[in-house]
Amino acid sequence: MKELVIISGKGGTGKTSLTASFAALAGNMVLADCDVDAADLHLLLAPDIQYRADFISGCEAIIREADCRGCGRCAELCRFDAIASVRRASNGVRVHRVDPIACEGCGVCVWNCPHQAIDFPDCHCGEWFISATRHGPMVHARLAPGSDNSGKLVSLVREEARKLAKQQNREWVLVDGPPGTGCPVIAAVTGAARVLVVTEPTVAGAHDLARILQLANHFKIPATVCVNKWDLHPDMTEQMEAAAREAGATPIGRVRYDSAITAAQRRGLSAIEAGAGPLAGDIHAVWRNWQAVAAGNSGSANP
Amino acid sequence: MKVAITSTSQQLADPMDMHFGRARFFLLVDTETGRFTAHDNTPNLQARQGAGIQSAQVVARLGAQTVITGSVGPKAFRALQEAGVQIALIAEACTGEEALRRFQEGKLPVLDAPNSEGHWV
Amino acid sequence: MSAKLPTIAIASGKGGTGKTTVAVHLAALLVERGLPVHYLDCDVEEPNGHLFLKPVLDTAQPATLLNPVIDEERCTSCGRCAEVCEFKAIAMLKKPLLFAELCHGCGACALVCPVAAIREEPREIGAIESGHAGPIRFIHARLNVGEPMAPPLIRQLKARRDPAAIALLDAPPGVSCPAVTTARDTDAVVLVADPTPFGLHDLTLAVEALRPMGMPLGVVVNRAVPDDDRVQTYCREQAIPILAELPDDRRVAETYARGRLLFDDLPEWRGRIARLWDNLLTLPGLEVSP
Repeated sequence: MKELVIISGKGGTGKTSLTASFAALAGNMVLADCDVDAADLHLLLAPDIQYRADFISGCEAIIREADCRGCGRCAELCRFDAIASVRRASNGVRVHRVDPIACEGCGVCVWNCPHQAIDFPDCHCGEWFISATRHGPMVHARLAPGSDNSGKLVSLVREEARKLAKQQNREWVLVDGPPGTGCPVIAAVTGAARVLVVTEPTVAGAHDLARILQLANHFKIPATVCVNKWDLHPDMTEQMEAAAREAGATPIGRVRYDSAITAAQRRGLSAIEAGAGPLAGDIHAVWRNWQAVAAGNSGSANP
Repeated sequence: MKVAITSTSQQLADPMDMHFGRARFFLLVDTETGRFTAHDNTPNLQARQGAGIQSAQVVARLGAQTVITGSVGPKAFRALQEAGVQIALIAEACTGEEALRRFQEGKLPVLDAPNSEGHWV
Repeated sequence: MSAKLPTIAIASGKGGTGKTTVAVHLAALLVERGLPVHYLDCDVEEPNGHLFLKPVLDTAQPATLLNPVIDEERCTSCGRCAEVCEFKAIAMLKKPLLFAELCHGCGACALVCPVAAIREEPREIGAIESGHAGPIRFIHARLNVGEPMAPPLIRQLKARRDPAAIALLDAPPGVSCPAVTTARDTDAVVLVADPTPFGLHDLTLAVEALRPMGMPLGVVVNRAVPDDDRVQTYCREQAIPILAELPDDRRVAETYARGRLLFDDLPEWRGRIARLWDNLLTLPGLEVSP
C-alpha cells in the first residue's frame, strides 16, 4: 500500500480536480477526502454511502441558566472570551451564556463554577462515511460548520482509508488534503512517505509554496511539486520549480490553464474521464512521474 | 522484571502489534515467573490526539521497566523516557512469545530516539 | 465621523475563489475615496495580502500563547494538572510532563494545582507585523511553520484593529475554527464564490457556519460566466444579496499572477469594485458617513 498525500498551501490551486483524475488513473485505490472543512471530492465521485458514523470529539461547556447566579467567575477565567453576560429570558436577571463558536472546550469554567451550574457534554462535531465510488472506496467526512477539531477528523479519515486499503489489498491511498499549514494539514501529512504539492504560478502561489515546503521539511517528509495553470505565468513557473528544488523538493510536471477542467467539474467528472486532449495528457504525465518517484526510480527528493 | 509487549490480542502466541501508541493490547510479562496479564488499550486507540502519551502513562502505571514494540512516535518516546521505561525494538513482526525470547537472549536493540513520525502533530 | 466604522470580513468556504483579490481592491478603492482603511490579513497560515498591497512593515512583534511551567521543587506529583487537561497536553508519569504543542493555553492546570507549583509563561507561536501601504494601515501575522493552532494568533491580530478606520479582514478559507474566529464580531461578511459545483457547495457550508452568528452576509460571484447561474439561484433562494458579479477573464488571472492591482491594467474594474462597495453599504447596519 502506497499513500499519495496531495496538499497545496494555497487554496483553489486545483488539488481536488487533480486528485479525482489520479483516482481515475490509479485503478486499485482508496480515496480519502481530508479537506474535511470544505470537502468537494464527493461532487466528482458521486459516492454511494455504505457506512456512516458520528464524529464526537472533545466537550463543550453549556451553562444551565436556571442554576446560574450570574457571579461571573466563568467569564473571568475564560481565556477564549467565550462567555457573555445576558438577561435570563424569564425574569430579566443577569446570567452567563457560552458562545459555542468561541468555546475551546477546555473545561475551566466547568471545574471552577462555584454553583456547579455548567454542563460539559461530548461535542458532536460532524460525521464520517465510507462510500463506494466508480473508482473504488472513499472515506470522507463532514465537519459540522464552524466546528473545532478538524485536525482530529482528518486523522480519523486518513486512518480509516489506510485500514481499508490494507484489508482490501489496494495499491494506493489517495489523500486530498486541506489548504493552509495548520492543524488539519499537519494531521494530513504526519507520517506520510511523500507528499505532492499542487501549486499555481502566482505571487500568492509562490509564497504559499515556500511555506508548505518548509512544513514538509519540518516534518522531514519528501515533497514533489506540480505547477497547475503553469502557462498563466511561464517565468514564474520556472522560478517556482527552481525554488522547489532549492528547498529539496522534486518538480514532477506542469498542467496547463484550461477551462476544460471546470467544464468537466460541471458534468461531475474528472478531467481524465471527460476526455483526452492536452490537459489530460499533462495530468497523465504528472501521474506517471509520481509513480516513478514513489517507486524510487527518480532519486530521492529528501534534502 | 516486568516487560510490556504491544500485541494484537490477549495471547502471547498471537502476532505483536508493531505500533506502540495505538497498540490494541499490552501484555505485561513477569520474566521471573513467565506469567503474564493482558491490558486492553482500546480507549487510547480511539484517542485522536495524544494516544502515544496516554499509552505511555498506562505502561508506566503497570510498572513495566521495558516495553517491546516496533515503532514509537516522538511524544510517546519522550513520555516513556520520562517514566524511565526502556524501549526494546523489534524490527520485524512476530509473535509476542518470539519477541520475548529474543529480548531475553539480549538480541533486541534499545531504541534511543523515536522511530515513527506519530499520527497527529 | 459619528457612527463606529464597520468591520467587514471577506471570506469563502473554498480556497482560491478571490477573497484576497476582493479585499485588496476594496482597500484600494476606499483610500481613493479618502476613507480610512485598516487591512487585517487573518489568513495566518498563508498570508497573501502583502503581496498585492506591498506594505512597508515597520513593526514586528512575537505572538505568544501562555504555557504552563511546572516548579519541580513544589510539585507533589499529585497528577491533578494532567487529569484536568482536556487537550492531553500534560502526561502524568513520575512527574507531570508538558507537551507544549498540544497546549491551548487555557490555564486549567495552573488553576487546579493545589500547591501553586504551576506558573504560566508565554511561548512564541508566530509573529505579527504591521505597517502602511500608502494610506492603508496594514497588519498581518504568520503562524510558525509546524505550529498547529491558528485561532489564538487570529484573536491577537484582531485585537489590534484600529477603531478609527474601516477594517477589512481577509479571512482564511474553510468553515472551521480559523474562519469563524475571523468572522466573529464583525459587522458584515462578504462571501466570495465561483460558479462551479465546488464553489457553490463550499458557499453553502460557509453560509451554514456564518448564519447563526447573526451578521449580514453578501455574496460576490467571482469568475462569473453567462451560462452558469447556480450561485445566483442559491442566493435568491436564501435571500442573500449579490453584491457583485465579476466576470471570468484570463487577463485578471494573469494580472493576479504577477501581484498587480487590476485598476491600472483593467480600469473597468474600478467601477465594478465601486458598485460592490455601494451594494455592501446597503446591508443592514452598515453605515459609513463621509
